[in-house]
Amino acid sequence: MCLAVPGKVIECRGDEAVVDLQGSTLRVSRVLTPEADVGSWVLVHAGFAIAQLDEREALETWDYLRQILATEPADSERETQTTDQAPRGEGSPA
Amino acid sequence: MTDRVAQLVDELHGLCRDVGRRIQVMEVCGTHTVAIFRTGIRSLLPANLRLVSGPGCPVCVTAQRHIDAALELAGRPGVILATYGDMLRVPGRSGSLERLRATGAQVQVVNSARTALDLARANPQSPVVFLGVGFETTAPATAATVLEADRDGVENFSVLMCHKLVVPAMQALLDAGDVPLDGFLAPGHVSVIIGAQAYQPIVAKHRRPVVVAGFEPEQIMRGLLALVRQVAEGRAAVENVYPGVVTADGNRVALELLRRVFVVADAPWRELGVIPQSGLELAAVYRRFDALQRFELALGEDEGHPLCRCGEVITGKAEPSECPAFATACDPLNPIGPCMVSSEGTCAAWYKYNRVQGPGAQRVPEGQR
Ligand code: SF4
Repeated sequence: MCLAVPGKVIECRGDEAVVDLQGSTLRVSRVLTPEADVGSWVLVHAGFAIAQLDEREALETWDYLRQILATEPADSERETQTTDQAPRGEGSPA
Repeated sequence: MTDRVAQLVDELHGLCRDVGRRIQVMEVCGTHTVAIFRTGIRSLLPANLRLVSGPGCPVCVTAQRHIDAALELAGRPGVILATYGDMLRVPGRSGSLERLRATGAQVQVVNSARTALDLARANPQSPVVFLGVGFETTAPATAATVLEADRDGVENFSVLMCHKLVVPAMQALLDAGDVPLDGFLAPGHVSVIIGAQAYQPIVAKHRRPVVVAGFEPEQIMRGLLALVRQVAEGRAAVENVYPGVVTADGNRVALELLRRVFVVADAPWRELGVIPQSGLELAAVYRRFDALQRFELALGEDEGHPLCRCGEVITGKAEPSECPAFATACDPLNPIGPCMVSSEGTCAAWYKYNRVQGPGAQRVPEGQR
């Protein structure tokens, strides 16, 4: 549940930012990272940008996330709304 | 496995051989637990290095009395209970939020506290209660949302406060002293907020190394290597092998927000009892957003399932396979304890990745043999 995913800020308006999570966009709050601006990489958790990070780190994390999303065995046995669906799962604070 | 990881594995084997004795390390965080299983890291470890899972799955440590309060509130006419989806199936005394929802209660899944606030704005006639669970990674989001509710006068919004703090739980484990631990792999994304230095008291009081690591296999291996190196050298320090993301001081804006909106208080942990100064409550000025106060509800007591050994599982005392219910009476479809409900719970991770060869087996996933 404490997993945060990296995204790139593509739009800023006041306390709000739109981040690109490798293809899907998400509206997040940037009150916790007021210095994040268009072009910054941020870690997104529960609808908030919680930290800025460098691009290399962000891309490495995405490599890993893509790998696990691709190799994860189908999970028919479990609740669909869990953090396992991170980064895009409904209902997990990702 | 990449070359870099292979090299780290070799180094780790060398160091563990030098130390000779058994080394036991706790990965505090549920996300680490899952990553360690998923990537097959366990199967690569030297025989004398043992990883135990810690109390770092917020779903698993939410006290039953808090789930019961959520059930009670969600059952009241007109109330909308907003929760992260992970909490839906956690058993309370009388069922789960998911089951209550099936009977018509308004239980709404949200992925941010702000979505819960939006629900309150959209339904001004309905009280909206947000189930505020999570560690320091998640708590700032709740704090910011309470401030927003205060600023905008969204008075039908309230929070059932279940937020917990990681460091006091780690200290409580060491204070209890019944699980021998040589060090901690500290949670990466909690550390983003609290900063690596937040673990200094553990090092100072208990002389155990604490290493902050990320979640990719290479980072986890780096973290383990740093831990074992400290053990080998007889050192105990806070080390941060996730410096691109975690700083020494954490996110100051988030920490300031936590200080402004919350106060630290004793808190009940599921199966672990009350741990002093390990939870967050709303500060007096924001107390009117406290769901318990607003609905004049008192918390009850926890009453664990007689079979469930979650309490031992999340403190490293027992492995899931030692629980008689594991994979028999208790599985992810019919979970008895929260460790099986949460995808990051230790029992669920064992069930999914480590069940094939029975107790103690260390399955190597496809492609990593
Ligand atoms: S297997 Fe089920 S009953 Fe046993 S400790 Fe884990 S969650 Fe509890």
